[in-house]
Amino acid sequence: MGDQQRPARKTAKNRPKPASTNEPEFVQLLTPEGRRVNHPDYDLTLTDEEYRGLYRDLVVTRELDAQGTALQRQGQLGLWPSLLGQEAAQVGSGRALRPQDTVFPAYRELGVQWCRDIDLISSFALFRGTDLGGRDVAADRFNMYAIVIASQTLHAAGYAMGVAMDGAVGGDDGEAVVVYHGDGATSEGDFNEALVWAGVFNAPLVLFCQNNQYAISETNARQFRLPPYRRAEGFGVPGVLVDGNDVLATYAVTSAALDRARRGEGPSLVEAYTYRMQPHTTSDDATRYRDEAELDFWRAKDPIVRYRKWLTAEGLADEAYFAGVDTEAGELVRELRARVMALTDPEVTEMFDNVYAQTPPCIAAQRAEALDFQASLDEAAIEGSELR
Amino acid sequence: MTTMTMVKALNAGLRRVLEDQPKSLVMGEDVGRLGGVFRVTDGLQKDFGADRIIDTPLAESGIIGTAIGLAMRGYRPICEIQFDGFVYPAFDQLVSQLAKIPNRSGGRVRLPVVVRIPYGGGIGAIEHHSESPEAYFAHTAGLKVVTCSNPADAYWMIQQAAAGDDPVIFFEPKRRYQAKGEVATDAPERDLFASRVVREGTTATLIAYGPTVDVAANAAAAAAEEGLDLEVVDLRALSPIDWEPLFASVRKTGRAVVVHEAPGNVGIGAEVAARLTEECFYSLEAPVARVTGYDVPYPASRLEDDYLPNLDRVLDAVDRSLEY
Repeated sequence: MGDQQRPARKTAKNRPKPASTNEPEFVQLLTPEGRRVNHPDYDLTLTDEEYRGLYRDLVVTRELDAQGTALQRQGQLGLWPSLLGQEAAQVGSGRALRPQDTVFPAYRELGVQWCRDIDLISSFALFRGTDLGGRDVAADRFNMYAIVIASQTLHAAGYAMGVAMDGAVGGDDGEAVVVYHGDGATSEGDFNEALVWAGVFNAPLVLFCQNNQYAISETNARQFRLPPYRRAEGFGVPGVLVDGNDVLATYAVTSAALDRARRGEGPSLVEAYTYRMQPHTTSDDATRYRDEAELDFWRAKDPIVRYRKWLTAEGLADEAYFAGVDTEAGELVRELRARVMALTDPEVTEMFDNVYAQTPPCIAAQRAEALDFQASLDEAAIEGSELR
Repeated sequence: MTTMTMVKALNAGLRRVLEDQPKSLVMGEDVGRLGGVFRVTDGLQKDFGADRIIDTPLAESGIIGTAIGLAMRGYRPICEIQFDGFVYPAFDQLVSQLAKIPNRSGGRVRLPVVVRIPYGGGIGAIEHHSESPEAYFAHTAGLKVVTCSNPADAYWMIQQAAAGDDPVIFFEPKRRYQAKGEVATDAPERDLFASRVVREGTTATLIAYGPTVDVAANAAAAAAEEGLDLEVVDLRALSPIDWEPLFASVRKTGRAVVVHEAPGNVGIGAEVAARLTEECFYSLEAPVARVTGYDVPYPASRLEDDYLPNLDRVLDAVDRSLEY
């Protein structure tokens, strides 16, 4: 490039490989030790009640998620993708949303779902196998989980284009759209196409990347040479790196990105630097690719521990409050557990419903065939029992 | 009655959709300012604006993925994939997202998205511009797969596709784009995603769709000179197939020849043959015959006349059926 000088800009240092034990330069408002720090571009001031509420969200999210793992271990769920360690990324961004905003999740966003005050049962039904995760997405403004990595980024970009076409952006009451994805998703074509689309159509979209350091077993080093928040800028989309284990920082950064979108100023990307404390899912064995030392490093950055320290130091909450939250979380877990156990197998006919808006004759015929076959088995069973 | 080409008929049909349905959109590569590489969307951007006739970035997965998002927002996108061989980058968005989201949602989310795809050979094009990928999509529940064979059907079927609440893959036979036909633009509404007897006959049934309906009709006309009375059925809907007219025809003639450009292996013809065997076994005088593209990649264009089903290959198959 000869003497062409790029303008000097402040960027994070290159990530080390394997999964990092160095901290990049990110937006942080609360250190792992629970010390409140200032950032020149981002700040957050909430009411005491809201500050306490974030703690409740963090704890409840962690406990409900842990129950997902427990239910899988007990054979009540087929699979569970734990979010342990990512509570602050989800709660901070989830609480930054306004009622008019729309969420496109990946498949690990139980904490965001909790913050949106949506019934969580659909996510458990999906992993129990009693349905395919269907829900009233229009009423909830929270879409179904997306299992195919990055597929939802394009849906969100298109939806956000529609928001803009409806004239629902501009001013502080505008609508914003947020799509959740992981570090692995940034390698998919759909993610990059979503950035192109959101950029050229100036869609009110926030791409919220939970960089939890792993795509199953593969580290960031196998996904990118330049971190996602910097790659976004290549698409003309501002990117910002935030401490994903700091609930105050993720709240502040996501709020700013959403506000920018709702004002009609276009898309942006938030990369929340966090860590997946559990294996990819309950089917994964993370001991094959990472060690205890790495987990210890990240345990020291726990999002709840630091937030509790800060609340205590500030006099915003005391032991009695924390105990109350634990009690409430326990009740919520018991209630959820009972509801999950009560999810029964669907009728065989359900698979034939809603393939098309109107069931065509060929599917109706197969539905009848399946019912007849089942009835014939029942008759055979009755005859068999009579023989005995 | 107006005489027009299939391109004009599609353009007129889209125009009516855009006039009647304010939430409908046209989106794709070069569909706006250029009017599409085949001019199917010619003049639409001028009349309906760049917000509704959207020139998209050049990325097929992006076209379908964002169309899904727009449909979730209440829009009714009509997408264009520029050529058959360019649809594959959108495969996940078509078969795993567009087709399945309504079902996954328990019917709470409807995705009224139409995907227009010019398809088939016979225009001397370079590779990836002459393919017939319909079987991939017909294999996927949740998608309606249809194709038109003449301007009148094109005019009405595109409107039916846009009016429904299901995703529709709409295949347009590009070698028939410039063929003219009568279009009754005030015809009563009826279901066009249904098999249609194009020509009545008693000797054997030729089953075709899209570009091969004309091939079959010409074969039937030639056979008539030899005293053979062939029936021709246009499937129009490739998934779900409207079976009853096919069964009725084959029960009458006792012989069937399926004709399509796509390779025969696991193609639409295989499904048709299987179903006819299941449903019309005692009426069949001969095995169901198939005249299709060979099970090879679409050849260089100088060989396409040898690859594509033509009048002689169809009549040869009829002879074999009669001699069985």
